[in-house]
Amino acid sequence: MQRMSLEEGIAEWKSYVRRRQAIHAVDADELEDHLRSQASALVQAGLAEDEAFLIAVKRIGELDALSREFAREHSERLWKRLVVAPDAGAGGGVDAREALVAVALAACAAVAVKLPELFGVRMHQDQELPAFYIRNFSLFVLPFLAIFFAWKRSLAPSARLWLAAPFVAAAFAINVMPFLPDAHTLRLAALHLPLALWLAVGYAYAARHWRDHDQRMNYVRFSGEWFIYYALIAFGGGVLMGLTAFIFSAIGLDPRQLLAAWILPCGVVGAVIIAAFLVEAKQSVIENMAPVLTLLFTPLFTLVLLAFLATMAWTGRGVALQREVLIGFDLLLVVVAGLVLYAISARDPQKPAGLFDALQLLLVVSALLVDGLALGAIAARISEFGWSPNKVAALGENLILLVNLGWSAVLYGRFLAGRVAFTKLERWQTAYLPVYAVWAWVVVVVFPLVFGFR
Amino acid sequence: MNVGKDLVAASATPLILAILSEGQSYGYAIIKRVAELSGGELQWTDGMLYPVLHRLERNGFVKAVWEQAETGRQRKYYQLTDAGTEELESQRRQWQVVDSTLKRTLFRSLQPALQGG
Repeated sequence: MQRMSLEEGIAEWKSYVRRRQAIHAVDADELEDHLRSQASALVQAGLAEDEAFLIAVKRIGELDALSREFAREHSERLWKRLVVAPDAGAGGGVDAREALVAVALAACAAVAVKLPELFGVRMHQDQELPAFYIRNFSLFVLPFLAIFFAWKRSLAPSARLWLAAPFVAAAFAINVMPFLPDAHTLRLAALHLPLALWLAVGYAYAARHWRDHDQRMNYVRFSGEWFIYYALIAFGGGVLMGLTAFIFSAIGLDPRQLLAAWILPCGVVGAVIIAAFLVEAKQSVIENMAPVLTLLFTPLFTLVLLAFLATMAWTGRGVALQREVLIGFDLLLVVVAGLVLYAISARDPQKPAGLFDALQLLLVVSALLVDGLALGAIAARISEFGWSPNKVAALGENLILLVNLGWSAVLYGRFLAGRVAFTKLERWQTAYLPVYAVWAWVVVVVFPLVFGFR
Repeated sequence: MNVGKDLVAASATPLILAILSEGQSYGYAIIKRVAELSGGELQWTDGMLYPVLHRLERNGFVKAVWEQAETGRQRKYYQLTDAGTEELESQRRQWQVVDSTLKRTLFRSLQPALQGG
């Protein structure tokens, strides 16, 4: 029995040590060896094993102080590393098999995006992207992302069928429907298809638990981080392509066709998978960035909106009714809804209401006011614009976001008054996600039919 | 008598280097040797030895290898490098300067008093 207690003690102690970021696995092994040597010497001196263990632990020193010393010697360890040294044991290593699958799927997406070239659909540096690509771009990559999650979550065969359904339906709808040349409904469908399919990928992400609010929130978090990683990869890719163009043109070659027709499209689709893989691998290792950005920009956006309202009130200027005005205000609402969503996603629901929650309410209310003013101006003259597909889509989006933000404002108010728990707000956001999905699918499938493929 | 914290920290490097100059060794054995040599008067917090060893390793004064110990487990052994030998010599001279300076001060006259007490 006593033998067990020493082993158990060491195992437990080691698990405490392993939680220290500055102390890596090899160091923990070295310290364990020390602990064992010390304990066995004490046992030989006549102590019981548990006593020997306690004394040895005491002599090795307090973990806080020890880990501070290690951190001083190895200050680089405080910077969490993800890819560079996964085996050094800073936590969150990258699974080699998963990395391989991700790279393979990214390669598949790259092949898929170039496959149409065999059938004569070419991308060219000086020409506009062929309509075929505009229709299908998300279909070249998002199925592979769905496969990645289906593989990673070991989805059941029946669930895989359900997962495939929206992709097949989308491919069918967007390619078979007889769009007129330069149809607005085609552009709208192509614009909304990525969102529609992204939410379908969420089904794979959450595996069977897509009804579960926590899983939905996790997918929201994943999406935010994915976006940031993708933007960073895109930035790096841009630098790479710029330098490639520069050095090759320095020796008199023009690599632009290669870049435009091969590297850019393959990179654009491949990075989708790679970014998703990185986010999955790092989720527990590194602080999430989206909430940090939210924290930074919530006060700034609030300030801008309040300044805008004050200026409108002061100068009496109305919203100028240009063509894009509705889309611009849609984007404003998207950003505000995003800020609210990510602020909620990162908030500890147990915490009592604080200043930041009040700020969120202020942001939402001022966004609603601004949008209300714009909508009022537009609604008065909506008949002059006519009910074109673009207008209906923009108006519908505005309405959907307005409902979300309006009810969020009500819930924030009640939460600040201490009348409801914060989880109500969380629930409202996650329960609302299918609305976005339904709307995206309506724009993709129903709009062309209603508007006669114009 | 307990040696103060600062002095323990300052003497750690020359002590470790000097002990390793006797041949390769590992953490626990080094600590035992220090206790033995000081007659138990130099007390280290055991764990603190390791960051010091790692610093010496990073500076190239010692080299570390994992070998199987007589217990059958893997153990990290440290050995002095050529740079470490040079460092030991430089440390020895520095300590000599401190030591001989101290001896020319009141320290010398305090000595009998301490012994008497």
